[in-house]
Amino acid sequence: MSRPLEPSAGTRTVDDENFPLVFELSRQGRRSWSLPESPPDAPSLEDVIPEQHRRTAPARLPEVSERDLVQHYTRLSQRNWAIDVGAYPLGSCTMKYNPKVSEDAAALPGFNTLHPMCDDELAQGALALLGELERSLCEATGMARLTFQPAAGAQGELTGLLIMRAFHGSKGDERRKVIIPDSAHGTNPASVTLAGYQALEVPSDERGLVDIDALRSVLDTDVAGLMLTNPNTLGLFERDIQQIAAALHEVGGLLYYDGANFNSIVGVVRPGDMGFDIVHMNLHKTFATPHGGGGPGSGPLAVSERLARFLPAPVLTFDEGTERWHWDHDRPDSIGRIHSFHGNFGINVRAYAYLRSLGAEGLRKVAERAVLNANYLRTLVADSLPTAYEGLCTHEFVSSAKHLKKHGIRGLDVAKRLIDLGFHPPTVYFPLVVEEALMVEPTETESKETIDALGAAMNRAVGEAETDPELLREAPVTTPVRRPDEARAARDLKIRWMPEQD
Amino acid sequence: MDFLPHTPEDDRSMLEAIGLEDLNDLFEAVPASVRLGRDLDVGDALDELTLMRHLRALAARSRGAADLTCFAGGGAYDHHVPAAVRALAGRAEFATSYTPYQPELSQGVLQAIYEFQTAVCEIYGMEVANASLYDGASALVEAVNLTARVTKRDRAVVGATVHPHYTDVLRTYTSGLGFDVTVAPYGPDGTVDWTSVDVTGAAAVVSAYPNVFGALEDIDTAADVAHRAGALSVVVTDPTAMGVLEPPGNRGADVVVGEGQGIGNALAYGGPYVGLFATKLDLVRQVPGRIAGETLDADGRRAYVLTLQAREQHIRRAKATSNVCTNQTLMAIHAAVHLAWLGPEGLRRLGEICARNTALAAERLGAVPGCSVRFAGPRFKEFVLQTPMDASDLARGLAEKGFLAGPALGRWYPELSDCLLVAVTEKRTESEIGALAEAIEKELAG
Repeated sequence: MSRPLEPSAGTRTVDDENFPLVFELSRQGRRSWSLPESPPDAPSLEDVIPEQHRRTAPARLPEVSERDLVQHYTRLSQRNWAIDVGAYPLGSCTMKYNPKVSEDAAALPGFNTLHPMCDDELAQGALALLGELERSLCEATGMARLTFQPAAGAQGELTGLLIMRAFHGSKGDERRKVIIPDSAHGTNPASVTLAGYQALEVPSDERGLVDIDALRSVLDTDVAGLMLTNPNTLGLFERDIQQIAAALHEVGGLLYYDGANFNSIVGVVRPGDMGFDIVHMNLHKTFATPHGGGGPGSGPLAVSERLARFLPAPVLTFDEGTERWHWDHDRPDSIGRIHSFHGNFGINVRAYAYLRSLGAEGLRKVAERAVLNANYLRTLVADSLPTAYEGLCTHEFVSSAKHLKKHGIRGLDVAKRLIDLGFHPPTVYFPLVVEEALMVEPTETESKETIDALGAAMNRAVGEAETDPELLREAPVTTPVRRPDEARAARDLKIRWMPEQD
Repeated sequence: MDFLPHTPEDDRSMLEAIGLEDLNDLFEAVPASVRLGRDLDVGDALDELTLMRHLRALAARSRGAADLTCFAGGGAYDHHVPAAVRALAGRAEFATSYTPYQPELSQGVLQAIYEFQTAVCEIYGMEVANASLYDGASALVEAVNLTARVTKRDRAVVGATVHPHYTDVLRTYTSGLGFDVTVAPYGPDGTVDWTSVDVTGAAAVVSAYPNVFGALEDIDTAADVAHRAGALSVVVTDPTAMGVLEPPGNRGADVVVGEGQGIGNALAYGGPYVGLFATKLDLVRQVPGRIAGETLDADGRRAYVLTLQAREQHIRRAKATSNVCTNQTLMAIHAAVHLAWLGPEGLRRLGEICARNTALAAERLGAVPGCSVRFAGPRFKEFVLQTPMDASDLARGLAEKGFLAGPALGRWYPELSDCLLVAVTEKRTESEIGALAEAIEKELAG
């Protein structure tokens, strides 16, 4: 099936209206690559790689000049929103400003070119950084130890659930169920399944909080634990958290903190002080590392003292005698390794730079201003987009656009109109427990003027839903493409480019 | 420095609009008994100059490939990252964007993922690829989980020559599911004799190509053995080898996965890297994680979206194909741009230099008195050097002489405690290879 690109494959030129794939820019004989010759004394390829292993037809990668390559990806990047371009008020996603100094930190050669299999002695500076970051994150969460291996929140969840399993197993206690609220992120139930547990959903009550009575009714000694996001995905603080923790601990369960919304409380209240036993953080949220179009993240997993022996091996250790850091591989109770190496180290360096830049007072201000900004925006749009639940919100709020249905307008239409008004839309249709949900998180790094403008745009879009609904249904009209047909994408599946067939 | 825009007047007027007097009022839902009530013990704020001075001092206490001549391998390699790749994939429009859930504002990332998927399919000889996973290990886990769903079996047979960390991660991930992971031993040539391996009841037969010793495993036989037993063949493959080695997709593999660090991504002490995942079209609905697809927009223009999302956790929740959400998109973009920079001929040249450099290094280092190359047979960019001493001591001594080599294999394979893994990328020159041989000779002389 594999054959070289025909010269005719490059049927397109650079054209913003009909934007080409890099493969379509290919012309046989062009190149960007620049690599040395093999040493003349080296054995030939034919002598080194026997014929039965040698590739017969080359990979059909594009042949482009470096100039065209640069233009292509530069223009491609310009067809994308980014926090550096404008506000990104996606609820639950925490798209705050990513400081540039963090990039400089990660690019330092001692970090950026460090080999993951090198002797610990060669990595002392990197290990000292991780050691200090671990101490600070444990301090911020009220936990005892943590692992940096999880590359993202979901991997942290699985790690925490496997630790939960190991903890119960160590007491010969085989439990089968993990409870999650119905407002939880989808990763929670998916991780529960992957860990070999059965996910048991409990409903939210009329306050949008965990229904304590419903929770009590399902608590028994078959419950391994409860996963909770606090504040929850409705942007509400679970004010009964101490009763929840006590009830769970009474049946021997462990309380898991999903750190997706940790930015809302950092420096104000600690998960450990609320009774949580296991905590993952999303450093790409709370600690402002760039999201990279969907990753990388970093999801370190912290635990209380009684669970530390189950952490993934190896564990970072400081030898007071020699004053050296090293990885301790001798961890007989460890659940095992969860990452190829040490996790997303480069992201952890950025998070460390951010944390040291802010300091204790700065971190608390993050939570305060995140909550301030969200409540201010909530107030600005209270008449046009009422929240699903009354009262103050935390760092985000969930509005419902269901009252626009009578005009034939859905939450998605409001979102698309916001694009034309110059904003990235909020998260739509999550959490699932709110009809026509619009989940808004302005973050603390947006100014009052930006939030005023965003609030005005939201109000305007809702007003237009009544006066000119067509404007919303047709939106967006200012983007390179509009309303791509998702059903068609799934039906006529095209998930890779193919050269035109002869 | 806190990067916050709020002036005291902003705070005041915003609180007033909300109807509150004090910032503390914002947290009325937090019970007083659990509030921290003090500053976190994380130090005071640092200005940018002081912060960078501190970080430079830390970085100076770590010695990587910028400082030492790097012959280290074992799953992470000192490859050249072209200037254009760094400049393009590093653009803030890519780096500071979110998951492309709003396609109108995300065509850049979506198309870059689509191009990445295409390039991964091309190098691996496969039909579909996803938008990336965390790393090589998690890609392997997801591949095995796919085979378990397809075959409804709960056993994997993994070659002892698959990176031991990957096998560890597979064991950890599947430990809650009662999954059996059996390791098939390697033979005298450093590869698994797949004809002698019992794969009865296995969902997956996992081989590595090249394997952890750099040797070229017989993946054709591994696939045959798998298929005869009703199992699927999973191959862990180094993408930098795909310019010179026939891809596993053309040799019976059902799922091909790999670590994409070597194509455009920094060593960075083990991450962020990028897991590559490719399989056949008929398994597409079992693929984990995000997939970008082509479609038409409301005006008939070509457009890209995330597709087949019904597989994923945010829709399917407890029944999803995987729990993965955030992946390694930015590293996938690095890989995509790097592969476009290389093109077919550059990828071939990259593989050729690695393979020939490695052969040259094996000749030179194997000729050092007391040393020999362990495991005959063809190899790609790594080989095992048997030495007359403990290999971790040797590696430490070499570091003092300015060379990074290894890992020493004793931790993974106790019987190979005198063996050092040596990797030779396109960045190494003949004179550096010669200098390493001299350094080893001196080190052995004590």
